[in-house]
Amino acid sequence: MRDDLQLISDWIPADASLLDLGCGDGTLLAHLKQHKQIRGYGLEINQDNLAACFEKGVNVLEQDLDEGLGNFQNHRFDYVVMTQALQAVLRPDQILNEMLRVGREAIITFPNFGHWRVRAYLGLKGRMPVSSALPYEWYNTPNIHLCTVQDFETHCRKSNIRILERQVINRHHRSGLLARLWPNLFGEIAIYRVTV
Amino acid sequence: MPQPIPQDAPWAAEDSVGLVEPRTLSFDTALELECGRTLSSYELVYETYGTLNDDASNAVLICHALSGHHHAAGYHSEDDKRPGWWDTCIGPGKVIDTNRFFVVSLNNLGGCHGSTGPASINSDTGQPWGPDFPMMTVKDWVNSQARLADVLGISRWAAVIGGSMGGMQALQWSIDYPDRLSHAVVIAAAPKLSAQNIAFNEVARQSILTDPNFHGGRYYLHDTYPRQGLILARMVGHITYLSDDAMRMKFGRDLRAGRFHFGFDVEFQVESYLRHQGEVFSRNFDANTYLLMTKALDYFDPAREFDNSLETALAKPECKFLVMSFTSDWRFAPERSREIVNGLVHAGRDVSYAEIDTPKGHDAFLLDIPEYTKLFGAYMHRVANEVENGVNPVEAGNHA
Repeated sequence: MRDDLQLISDWIPADASLLDLGCGDGTLLAHLKQHKQIRGYGLEINQDNLAACFEKGVNVLEQDLDEGLGNFQNHRFDYVVMTQALQAVLRPDQILNEMLRVGREAIITFPNFGHWRVRAYLGLKGRMPVSSALPYEWYNTPNIHLCTVQDFETHCRKSNIRILERQVINRHHRSGLLARLWPNLFGEIAIYRVTV
Repeated sequence: MPQPIPQDAPWAAEDSVGLVEPRTLSFDTALELECGRTLSSYELVYETYGTLNDDASNAVLICHALSGHHHAAGYHSEDDKRPGWWDTCIGPGKVIDTNRFFVVSLNNLGGCHGSTGPASINSDTGQPWGPDFPMMTVKDWVNSQARLADVLGISRWAAVIGGSMGGMQALQWSIDYPDRLSHAVVIAAAPKLSAQNIAFNEVARQSILTDPNFHGGRYYLHDTYPRQGLILARMVGHITYLSDDAMRMKFGRDLRAGRFHFGFDVEFQVESYLRHQGEVFSRNFDANTYLLMTKALDYFDPAREFDNSLETALAKPECKFLVMSFTSDWRFAPERSREIVNGLVHAGRDVSYAEIDTPKGHDAFLLDIPEYTKLFGAYMHRVANEVENGVNPVEAGNHA
């Protein structure tokens, strides 16, 4: 399992209820179901991912995040998780609000656009950054709303979203000293646990 | 000496269940019906495919739709041109894999393909039941199916599966017999009919009821049947099974003779197709059964028993659900399936949902559409694995 998923699963207590937005092949849900008896659903639109979830026996609903979460009641879940999808939705601010409406807490991960390598790519090469965390070209990227650690935290402050926990890791999914000291410069993937 | 099997015989194909034979079971315990009447005795005709395992845990029930019946897969004879109605999905290595599952498919009560229905003889009168046959509901069907399961020694279905009206039966099963199924597969269905759905059914019924050959439903005694009414009923029904796009692709505005005739005979291909479909249907389907089945559809509303709360009704099931819909289905559109899904999520049930992108309309559930086959197959693969690994998903997992 990916290290960021391992980190997230460490944050989630046993028997919690969970909604996983863009749940992929259901790895996180299957892991949490098996090891922590969590109860939950994933949302996904990719056909191969849906089939993988069906086979794993995790609950998955074909639902487009850009159409909102209007079908879920307030505080239906303990946790709403979205890994590496915030930057790909039409309105990250609205989905964040929706996550905190249907869940008591939200866990979000995104690629940090403030990482020094990204800055250097744009600053020195003068071109849109391409990296292992951001493998697309500017014209075909699904990542339409990239942000930095600082952008995200500023948005949280403005929107009265409380940050309960933050982990910033590098591309090897390790949390080094530099990333802890200067997350916006040395963190490649940011992981947050937030609430209102 | 046995004749060699012709290699291209469809019934001999590797993924066909092959030649199958319907069986009939007689029931002598009275069945109490939702309408308040009872059927003192009745017969159910059914087919099975595959082998029931030692602990009878690999049985799957197929529930049929409005015009369906027990013959879901395989061929009745070597000369049979067409296989059963869901042969795309049922067979060795297919979505509902008969190498792994024991599949049971029956003709519902009130039907016209062998189970007791309006055309059967009422032993009290010695005449065909006709319009006196009691009105059936989805609930009644499920009760009769449970009795069939009892006789077959199946205390719990690995899955109850159906499309359209069949999906409604699967849903009703999950509510009425929560401990007798592990999975419910509800395809292209709705939690109840809309006013528009009922309206189409009513047009179909009126076309039968007003046919001069209907004779108040006692046409059997007049050696005739409401042919024109049945044709019309099927034509209007068939329009709702196809999407606008599917019709455009299939027929467009194609003319049969290539030019206008300025008359009311068949000119456009779509007219020809609908008339043909209606004609074939009218020869093979009983008008009273059509009336009864459309009413059963209209009455279907499992929430009604629970203060009209679907969420409360869906708190009853213990099984896991797969719900599927088709984007171009306007008879039971994806929104209707999502009502079921949302109710199940609200109630904390285990449910997965897929919306298949296809222009084929409501009838898509009968077709081999790659995305549909793949997802349905993945789910059934998991169901089979659970059966073979002895996992009881209801006891093993807690609710979502």
